[in-house]
Amino acid sequence: MWVGVFSLIGILGWGLVQTSKTRPEAGQPAPDFTVQFLDGYRWEDRTSATLDDFKGHIVVLNFWASWCVECRVEAKAFEDTWQKYADQGVIFLGVAHVDVEPRSLEYLKEFNISYPNALDYGDRISSDYEITGVPETFIIDPSGQVVYVQLGPIQEATLVQTLEQLLVQGG
Amino acid sequence: MGNREWEVGSEKWQALRVTLYVLVLAVFLGAAIPSVAQDGSEGDDSGLKKAVTANDVNKIAKRVYCPVCESTPLDVCQTQACADWRDIIRQKLEEGASEQEIFDYFSNLYGDRVLAEPPREGFSLLLWLLPLIIVPLGAVFFSRYMRNLKATAVQSVSVPDTAVPDAAASSDYLARIEKELENN
Amino acid sequence: MIADIGYFALLIAFVTAIYAAVAAWYGKSKDKMRWVESARNATIIILPLVVLSCALLVTSILRNDFSLEYVWRVSSIEMPTYLKFTSLWGGQAGSLLFWNLLLAIFTAVAMARKWHEQKELMPYALIVISMTQIFFLGLSAFVENPFTRLDVIPPNGNGLNPLLRHPGMIIHPPMLYLGFTGFIIPYTFAIAALMAGKLDDGWIRTTRRWTLVAWLFLSLGLILGGRWAYDVLGWGGYWGWDPVENASFMPWLAGTAFLHSVMIQEKRHMFKMWNMFLIILTYSLVIYGTFIVRSGVISSVHSFARSAIGPLFFAFIAIMFIFSAYWVNRRRDELASTNSLQSLLSREAAFLYNNFLILAILAVVFLFTNYPIVSELFTGEKGFVGPPVYEKALAPLFGLLVLLMGVAPLTMWYRSSVKRLGRAMRWPAIASTITVIVLFILNIRGWGALVGFWAATFATFLTLLEFWKGTRARMKRGESVWAAFSNLMARNRRRYGGYWIHMGVLIMAFGVIGVEVFQQETQLRLEKGGSLTLGRYEMVFNDINRFPGPDDLMITEATMDVYVDGRLVDTITPRTELYTRTGQPMTIPDARSTIAEDFYVLLVNWEPTSANSATFRVFLNPLINWVWGGGIIFVLGTLIAAWPDRKKQSVAARSRRVAIGAAD
Repeated sequence: MWVGVFSLIGILGWGLVQTSKTRPEAGQPAPDFTVQFLDGYRWEDRTSATLDDFKGHIVVLNFWASWCVECRVEAKAFEDTWQKYADQGVIFLGVAHVDVEPRSLEYLKEFNISYPNALDYGDRISSDYEITGVPETFIIDPSGQVVYVQLGPIQEATLVQTLEQLLVQGG
Repeated sequence: MGNREWEVGSEKWQALRVTLYVLVLAVFLGAAIPSVAQDGSEGDDSGLKKAVTANDVNKIAKRVYCPVCESTPLDVCQTQACADWRDIIRQKLEEGASEQEIFDYFSNLYGDRVLAEPPREGFSLLLWLLPLIIVPLGAVFFSRYMRNLKATAVQSVSVPDTAVPDAAASSDYLARIEKELENN
Repeated sequence: MIADIGYFALLIAFVTAIYAAVAAWYGKSKDKMRWVESARNATIIILPLVVLSCALLVTSILRNDFSLEYVWRVSSIEMPTYLKFTSLWGGQAGSLLFWNLLLAIFTAVAMARKWHEQKELMPYALIVISMTQIFFLGLSAFVENPFTRLDVIPPNGNGLNPLLRHPGMIIHPPMLYLGFTGFIIPYTFAIAALMAGKLDDGWIRTTRRWTLVAWLFLSLGLILGGRWAYDVLGWGGYWGWDPVENASFMPWLAGTAFLHSVMIQEKRHMFKMWNMFLIILTYSLVIYGTFIVRSGVISSVHSFARSAIGPLFFAFIAIMFIFSAYWVNRRRDELASTNSLQSLLSREAAFLYNNFLILAILAVVFLFTNYPIVSELFTGEKGFVGPPVYEKALAPLFGLLVLLMGVAPLTMWYRSSVKRLGRAMRWPAIASTITVIVLFILNIRGWGALVGFWAATFATFLTLLEFWKGTRARMKRGESVWAAFSNLMARNRRRYGGYWIHMGVLIMAFGVIGVEVFQQETQLRLEKGGSLTLGRYEMVFNDINRFPGPDDLMITEATMDVYVDGRLVDTITPRTELYTRTGQPMTIPDARSTIAEDFYVLLVNWEPTSANSATFRVFLNPLINWVWGGGIIFVLGTLIAAWPDRKKQSVAARSRRVAIGAAD
């Protein structure tokens, strides 16, 4: 009986350790993922991509949702910054968390967002990044390392500053 | 002793035990089967846009859990996200989707976690099987244990006869209680 | 300043707990009683220190000292004063401090009162209880410190979570905590008995009333929690198999098994090992339950490890469990039963069947509650188990338990005969079969419900017969009905208190079957003056108003007339409350409540722009009030069983001493 009890405690303990994994912080590698872009969105003519495909580019990964009030605060800043940096090889990727497709598309239209966006199928990306709410933004360097994490809406200035730094480092 | 023939190992006891096992198994299967049977039998392919009431939506929403509201079913949760989900259910119902199709739609998009009843396949099948295994298995071990306890009784000291008011008529009842009180 | 003193008191309490553990251990190992006494005094001194700490936290809340993060979180300037008191347990850090307060009270009382009664156990009891205190005081002092300051002092606080402002929620947590901390005392004495090698029934007798009282509070907490959910959460139900609910249900189950099986040990000196196991299990589940609630490890969707509280809790449970297991193992031989089972049809066997069923329920609940963790481990995705799964798996087990509840009191110690049992059950079985046939004729369908009703009716008849047989036996001595009945209760409170508890559970069982199987609901948008029909009820939407309530509340209230068979019977006012500062909405139902059913109405949606129509959701909850009524009988029964009886107890204690003396 004791064997059973202790193995139960063991499994639970191990499970707890697994569950208490935290989000990837600055300096840690960004977990890989696959995205299917929403209708009308593409990256280099592809309808789906993995983080691995983005190697060599700076990636701004933004978790959002149409029902999220605070996301609306930062939506315009993202589109503007994207317009500014798109030709310098920076990739913006929006991932809609627990959202329904028609609403997501309405939201994207409302803010005229042109950078690639995707639904998080099976909530997998959100789980891997252990997000605790939306919006959350991860900035990933060309080697696939997280360099900046923002909980809650990001300031345009912060976004620009981080990208500038990365671009300077990169080349 | 009226219960001699019910001693462990006696024929009657064996029969009782088998009956018990069968009963327990039947009860468990009975609990599981109707729910299996009713899955996916709701479809109605009339093709036309159907009039969908709030009750139809609630019936499905009751069994969906939106991750935005912790442990609150979709029909109760008040957030915008859940309102959107309910709209989707309404829309799908209007298009003539079956209950199961809607559940599948949600679990594909957001994972099995959003369903009140995890699917009976893959890892979550374990969830359905484990109680059906653990409890009967526990029962088997338990009856073994009881038999062992009982087996040792044969060699041990015999029962004080006073404690066995076997042919207890109701007038002995008080005596029994008083007796037990004294033993306290 | 005030906060600093409060924190300082907490620190001293923590240090004192360490001192108590060390002094008790040192005193015992060197056989210096003065050190043990000093350790006892230390555990008693912790009480005023924690009281001071709590009082100063409350003072800070009353003074609107928003420089403290906790005060800012749970209070606001406008909040009514009584809520400022209750916000002591309205948030994580404060409720942990409150938990420490209750633990300190129980510890001080137990150590002071049982000092002479159980002298040999005391040094060990002090060590065990101090270990628990060190852990919880340490958590309060270093991990979840309620006196943490903010860098910038905000002008106002967030205010207490609206969900926690309901009277039910104000007393629900203290009840649960009293139950939780209460179970720590019997555990302490059990382990002390193991360590001292004093394995007679002393620890059980000493802690019998503690166990019952702890169990009473836990039951009260569960019932009040259900009532709160029904009144405030607005989903027409009372129990959702939520991890937080399960967290208090699991120790309750283990405690229930323990309460039953100790009776075998008291009567027949059997199953010492088993009782040890059950009390250790109960204690572990108490701590595990607290851990689940506090860390949000299961219910929160993604990461929870924002505070170190989770791993610490788990480590503590593991340590205490291994510690307990070590001592059980060391005393293995002494714990072995000397007496044995005479028959599989006996009172002691019945208690074991009860234990088996309760532990089976516990195992299923435990498995389902922890499923999210396990599934994440193996599939990478956090799973979820909803109420339908629990209901399917548990319904047959609960059904068997109800049957056993009726039959078990008929059995006798040592052995009973099948013939006698059969005779005693014949009429109740026939009567309940007739009842079910009548129900069927009254158009009540569904084999699950009918089987359930049969089992509950059968057990109810059997329990009532127990009361009647006892009373009649006394009446034969010439007592009047009432005198016979009350003397019967008074003569053996524990037994008949137990039967009252069974009656309470059975009445609740009727209610649960009624609501679970026969609940009806409908949702409809109504124009003013429009009406809706559900069952025999018709509801007319008369009026709707919006007005400001106390604090930052905005209330929208609808007035509905309720008709039964065309006759106006009630006017009810379901409403929504919006806490404007946080934007949190609440849906407060109102109901036409009768013993047969609740006509329960929720105001789901109303936009001021379309002032003349609103959406309502209506539930017809049959027999729901039997759940609450049964709950009250349940609690009264527990009170009857636990009520102190000083004179009789001392007599019992004396005769026990004589008995022990004779045995030596």
